[in-house]
Amino acid sequence: MSHILEVKNLKKYYATQKAVDEVSFSLEQGSIFGLLGPNGAGKTTLIRMITGIFFPDEGEILFNGKKFDPINDVVHIGYMPEERGLYKKMKIGEQAMYLAQLKGLSQKDAMAQVKDWFVKFEMQSWWNKKVQDLSKGMGQKLQFVTTVLHEPKLIILDEPFSGLDPVNSNLIKDEIYKLAKKGCSIIFSTHRMEQVEEICDHIILMNKGKKILDGTVNGVKQQFKENLFSIGLQQMPEVISSNAFKAIGKADHTLVVKINEGHTANEVLQHFIQQNNNITSFNEMLPSLNDIFIKLVEGTPLSRQFEKITE
Amino acid sequence: MNKIWLIIKREYITRVRNKSFLLSTFLLPIVMILFIFGSVFIAVSTKTKAKVAVANDPGYFKNSIKSDSSSISFDFTPGVDSLNYAGKGFDAVLYIPNGTSNNYAIYSQKQLGLETEARITDKLNKAIENNLLQQKGIHKETLDSISKQTKDAVELNNRVLDENGKAKEANAGLAYGIAFGSGILIYITMIVFGAMVMRGVMEEKTNRIAEVIISSVKPFQLMIGKIVGIAGVGLTQFLLWIILIFTLSSIAGAFIPHELLEQANQVNSQVPGGMQNNTAALKFLEFKGILGTANWGLILGCFFFYFLCGYLFYSSLFAAVGSVVEDAQESQQLMFPIMMPIIFAFIILSSGINDPNSKLMFWGSMIPFTSPIIMMGRIPFGVPWWQLGLSMILLVAGFLFTTWMAGKIYRTGILLYGKKVNWKEMLKWAFKKS
Repeated sequence: MSHILEVKNLKKYYATQKAVDEVSFSLEQGSIFGLLGPNGAGKTTLIRMITGIFFPDEGEILFNGKKFDPINDVVHIGYMPEERGLYKKMKIGEQAMYLAQLKGLSQKDAMAQVKDWFVKFEMQSWWNKKVQDLSKGMGQKLQFVTTVLHEPKLIILDEPFSGLDPVNSNLIKDEIYKLAKKGCSIIFSTHRMEQVEEICDHIILMNKGKKILDGTVNGVKQQFKENLFSIGLQQMPEVISSNAFKAIGKADHTLVVKINEGHTANEVLQHFIQQNNNITSFNEMLPSLNDIFIKLVEGTPLSRQFEKITE
Repeated sequence: MNKIWLIIKREYITRVRNKSFLLSTFLLPIVMILFIFGSVFIAVSTKTKAKVAVANDPGYFKNSIKSDSSSISFDFTPGVDSLNYAGKGFDAVLYIPNGTSNNYAIYSQKQLGLETEARITDKLNKAIENNLLQQKGIHKETLDSISKQTKDAVELNNRVLDENGKAKEANAGLAYGIAFGSGILIYITMIVFGAMVMRGVMEEKTNRIAEVIISSVKPFQLMIGKIVGIAGVGLTQFLLWIILIFTLSSIAGAFIPHELLEQANQVNSQVPGGMQNNTAALKFLEFKGILGTANWGLILGCFFFYFLCGYLFYSSLFAAVGSVVEDAQESQQLMFPIMMPIIFAFIILSSGINDPNSKLMFWGSMIPFTSPIIMMGRIPFGVPWWQLGLSMILLVAGFLFTTWMAGKIYRTGILLYGKKVNWKEMLKWAFKKS
């Protein structure tokens, strides 16, 4: 697989803090990449270096295999910043045309693309409206269109779904999938972990300027799993004692168990089968990215949502 | 380059299409011309005539003080005093003191205007002077004939010698008018268009579109595009004004009866210190006669040069301020150091214009901070070529420097949110090595 973007030991220090400290990662073509991290982790600074707004203090960015050259390569990047905005008093059609032409499209190409996307998002009737007349969600759609209409190879979306209703969220999500299928690579920066789980192939997690996690969504979950299983039982046993596992929570007819080191899930099932307890369900509980995120970032324990058993 | 052009085009078109641009462009000249002609009309038609009763006349005033048909009339009816003058139809009563006291008193219900007071004093002085002359044996007829001859005896014609010793016709009034007018115009436009640049930058910053744009173009391109686009708006406005004022004034001029102009001329010449009160009608007459004495090519050329370069000099500084603030209130504070030299230049101009070649005016017209306004105040009076050249070179160097400096401040400031910045910090960014 070819890498559209490779970031090597990137550093950017401000007077008071290390905004980005020795961050490296690479992005495959056509993949959707999640860039996670708490507020102030250095995501925006990292993105601004990738988009050529900032120059890194140290390190290297390779774009499409070659050293990143902001002046020529920015036309292949579409960036939708978190702090987004449009000219409030400009007409929507003109605004889209303007932004497209700034990305290097000719007037004719820009017109064709803008019209195409406006049809796709059912925005044709907006052409002569001003941005100040749009709702927040409508503005968001327009912003997304202006980000992608020059067919960039790399699209960077910072919180693209904030303020969107589920229908429009899905509309944009589908477009993101389509773009990825066409070979676009997408960097997706967000705090909304459920969206990351749903959309991203690969994630990195940043905290205090450093990369602290890198891998596929599933790989990361496996890495952080705590051998937790949930078992649906017909009768909730009064006392549970086994060498193989420990019950750490229960609710109604569901028991959450943690399998001890060196034991397997089969032993748990055997335990309840021997007791003639009917098992209605059995699932591995992988940690959600949200949990991993919180655990890594704050160092807080995982299973806070369960009621503690008093033994 | 292509991208800068796109930015210039957008800045220009969105502003020129704006209603406020159309309003200010087309209404301002109309309002100005209405104002000028209106004030002439008012000056001519609503001149009030003050009737002054003279009490305690020692005898000679009655014969030697002259009523002025258009503004003041003196009356020597006996028995008028400060208690009954109003009832007898007078506006004021003047008491002549006994003996050699110079304590003349005038009583009126309304405060007399400065002009009227000055005129009365003038007339009294003249009457006393005449009386003294007559006492020394000069006949009244002799006096009358002298005063007739001395009226309009001198017409001062200032001819300025150029380097080759050739005399040129010069007109101080016209030069003064042009100097002051263009100085004011540059002063106003630098502030108006500078503030426009600042608001534009602030708008991009607070709307959060700056980051989107800057991911496609360099911050410097965005700044220059905005500055040049707004300069285009300014030039367009000037051109439209010139065309409008020219057509409107020739139309209006054709409608003003000759009589009224003559009258205006008279009114004007009677005003003490007439220069400041130069009414438009007089100027109109003057312009008709002596318009040719000014070097219009040079003046207009220099005006556009100094407007453009002065604007470029200051607008980049305004852009730098716009890039670091998030609301208008914050900007006031930072704008102050930029406004200071502009206002200062204007003060120098208004106090130094009577002596356009003084040291103060010379240095003011060299230093780029003040030269656009002050040099324009000197040019109509004639400026040596080397001074003009040096001033222009310094101004161009000045605006290249401020643009370079502002570009560096802008680049850092435009993406910075939630931090209060002062000039000290901005200068640190400007001179930071990158």
